[in-house]
Amino acid sequence: MHIHKYEKWWLSFGAAMLVAFLVIVGVSAFHNGTHPNNSKWTINYEKVDEIAPFNQPGVHKVEGKDWDYEVVLVASAFSYNPMNIEIPVGSKVKFIATTKDVIHGFEVAGTNINMMLEPGYVSEYVTTADKVGEFLIVCNEYCGAGHAMMYSKLMVVNSNDSSNH
Amino acid sequence: MTAVITKDKKVTHNNKGNSKVISSTKVDRKDAKLALAHIMVAFIALFVGGLCGLLQVLVRSGQFKLPFGIGYYQVLTVHGVLLGLILTTYFILGFQTAAVSRTAGALSNKQRKTGWVGFWIMTIGMLAAATMVLLNEASVLYTFYAPLQAHWIYYLGLTLVVVGSWIVGLAQSLRYIQWRKENKGQTSPLLSFMVVVNNLMWFVATLGVAAEVLFQLLPWSLGFIERIDVLLTRTLFWYFGHALVYFWLLPAYMVWYAIVPKIVGGKIFSDALARLSFMLFLLFSIPVGVHHQLTEPGIDGFWKFVQVVLTFFVVIPSLLTAFSMFATFELRGRELGAKGVFGWFKNLPWNDVRFLLPFIGMVAFIPGGAGGLVNASYQMNQLIHNTIWVTGHFHLTVATTVVLTFFGTAYWLIPHLTGRKLTKKMNNLGIVSGILWSVGMVIMSGAMHIAGLFGAPRRSEYSTYGGSEQATEWISYQVAQAVGGTILFIAILFIIGIVVNLLWFAPKGEEEFPIAEVAEGAEKTPALLENFKVWGVILVALILIAYTIPLIDIVQNSPLGSKGYKFW
Amino acid sequence: MANHKKSDENLKGTLYATFGLGIFIIIVWALCFNLFIDRF
Repeated sequence: MHIHKYEKWWLSFGAAMLVAFLVIVGVSAFHNGTHPNNSKWTINYEKVDEIAPFNQPGVHKVEGKDWDYEVVLVASAFSYNPMNIEIPVGSKVKFIATTKDVIHGFEVAGTNINMMLEPGYVSEYVTTADKVGEFLIVCNEYCGAGHAMMYSKLMVVNSNDSSNH
Repeated sequence: MTAVITKDKKVTHNNKGNSKVISSTKVDRKDAKLALAHIMVAFIALFVGGLCGLLQVLVRSGQFKLPFGIGYYQVLTVHGVLLGLILTTYFILGFQTAAVSRTAGALSNKQRKTGWVGFWIMTIGMLAAATMVLLNEASVLYTFYAPLQAHWIYYLGLTLVVVGSWIVGLAQSLRYIQWRKENKGQTSPLLSFMVVVNNLMWFVATLGVAAEVLFQLLPWSLGFIERIDVLLTRTLFWYFGHALVYFWLLPAYMVWYAIVPKIVGGKIFSDALARLSFMLFLLFSIPVGVHHQLTEPGIDGFWKFVQVVLTFFVVIPSLLTAFSMFATFELRGRELGAKGVFGWFKNLPWNDVRFLLPFIGMVAFIPGGAGGLVNASYQMNQLIHNTIWVTGHFHLTVATTVVLTFFGTAYWLIPHLTGRKLTKKMNNLGIVSGILWSVGMVIMSGAMHIAGLFGAPRRSEYSTYGGSEQATEWISYQVAQAVGGTILFIAILFIIGIVVNLLWFAPKGEEEFPIAEVAEGAEKTPALLENFKVWGVILVALILIAYTIPLIDIVQNSPLGSKGYKFW
Repeated sequence: MANHKKSDENLKGTLYATFGLGIFIIIVWALCFNLFIDRF
């Protein structure tokens, strides 16, 4: 099969571009650990309220782990528990979330925290909250009539402020 | 009943003893009816689905509320099903029937009857599903979203649409097989070959959604089983769901490769490369569905990344296509005496709607493809997953690239099939429709892309999210989407007007079905490219590699299954 | 030979157009990647 010289150039260029993209995301995922939510943790979705850690939704300071805080969150039609999350800036946080009924989304707008919550599965994501601000948490997966009413708030605050709490 | 193709390009069609001679530059009259039936349903779907789209953007602007207790998500379901499934599938099958009849010869009576059976099965299924949506028994969107549970008739109806599409596709493919038998050792007509590749890809892909519906959703909604594995339903859906977008795209590529060169007065740049790119689409359209599930739990990161790599492979045939298109245009422009590096650009037939609309489609695929690469880039998916960026993305790819190519095709195909002419006036109105579409889409899709990067979610009604500062920022973009969407609806009114003219009012005459020829002296296409056995084996192997272990994982680690919910 | 002729066909415009397209894709991707890296 005959291929024009320029077409060979173009295909080489295009293939090199695709390989470069893959190497960049591959290295930053598998070497630097910036994976999306890949949790394999399963749960009885009908008994979420009785199972730890979801029997105590909220922000928990933890010791001896790779992260400083655990944010435990339960989604159900059409709300999140807790409604407000506050963490000090610069802390490493593990978000642990699941749903009690249908599929929901868990997206912190303006951040990379974006995962699907599916019945029977726990979703997890670890990140360092390095910007102060108020971030809207929205359900970004269709879950029924009240879908757009489903939100909560993540506040990343200066450490001195949070010590008052 | 026999159909013989002789070398002087005449088709002898012996039909119940009445033999007729039909020039093969035309679609057989009876096949034309079958094609037209499909195309008419497609444009009805465009009108109703487009109206729903208009309602959605108006609601999301915050300035308008739906009357009569109609739900936003009901309208969204209608919009998605009618435009994503019905408009596309019906137009594609109508166009493909015409393309096979034109290039491989008229269908036999048996093949045509098969086509009609498929058409009616699809249509009955569509009406059944539509009834359930209108009764508000199925506001689950066309992606199903189990454990939201629709009425079983909705699932059954959409299954019939898929099964019907298999049957219509089978009729087309049988004609191709017949051609191959009658012309041993020859290279088959390019368009017919492409149709068969698309049908084969569609069949293999829809097996996933068929398994989801038959073994999970239907028995579950009927009450035969209490619980289903939600992640398994989703994985089966997306096994089909990404190939679906290539099922939309490939017919547009057929037009670009095999028809547009003729319209500009040029030749097919390379028959072999065209076939190669279609075979690559066949291979890489399916084992990539997990890139829609990158932020989901329960699937291992390694296997997600494997499918990300395979997704990047599917870019290659589009890179090939980009080169072929530019080359076709440049060679033709130079033939007409163009000078300089880009002088040929001026020599393209800009005032011919049959060229302009597919061309705008090609241009839209550049940002569409770039955005697609962002979406598929593993962890970067978190940036845009389920934000309205994605909606903006596929309104460029399917709702501009694909459908503008289809409209530009319909403007000559419909009069060809009805025995009428595309007049200068309709041509110009068609150009207006294309420009309106482009302007509306730049505004709407542009606003969607930007708002999506700020985090605005897709598939959501108007909401201020408790007066959140971020959500307030999104609303100005939603107003822009409403402006763009309104312009798009005006474009749809133009398009419907033109289609009605071409169906019933345009002057009688003969409109050409343009088919481009391969450049003279081009090499013979390697027979390997038509060896479906070889490519089929590779396809199955790729699917097994990409899906076996993730599926075993999902089934083995399955949590307690889900009961159905009706939250709308 | 026809094939030989094909290699000589002037496709400079095509070359530039495709490379321009590639560069556009790289820019879009790089901007988005940058945004991703910048966010937590």
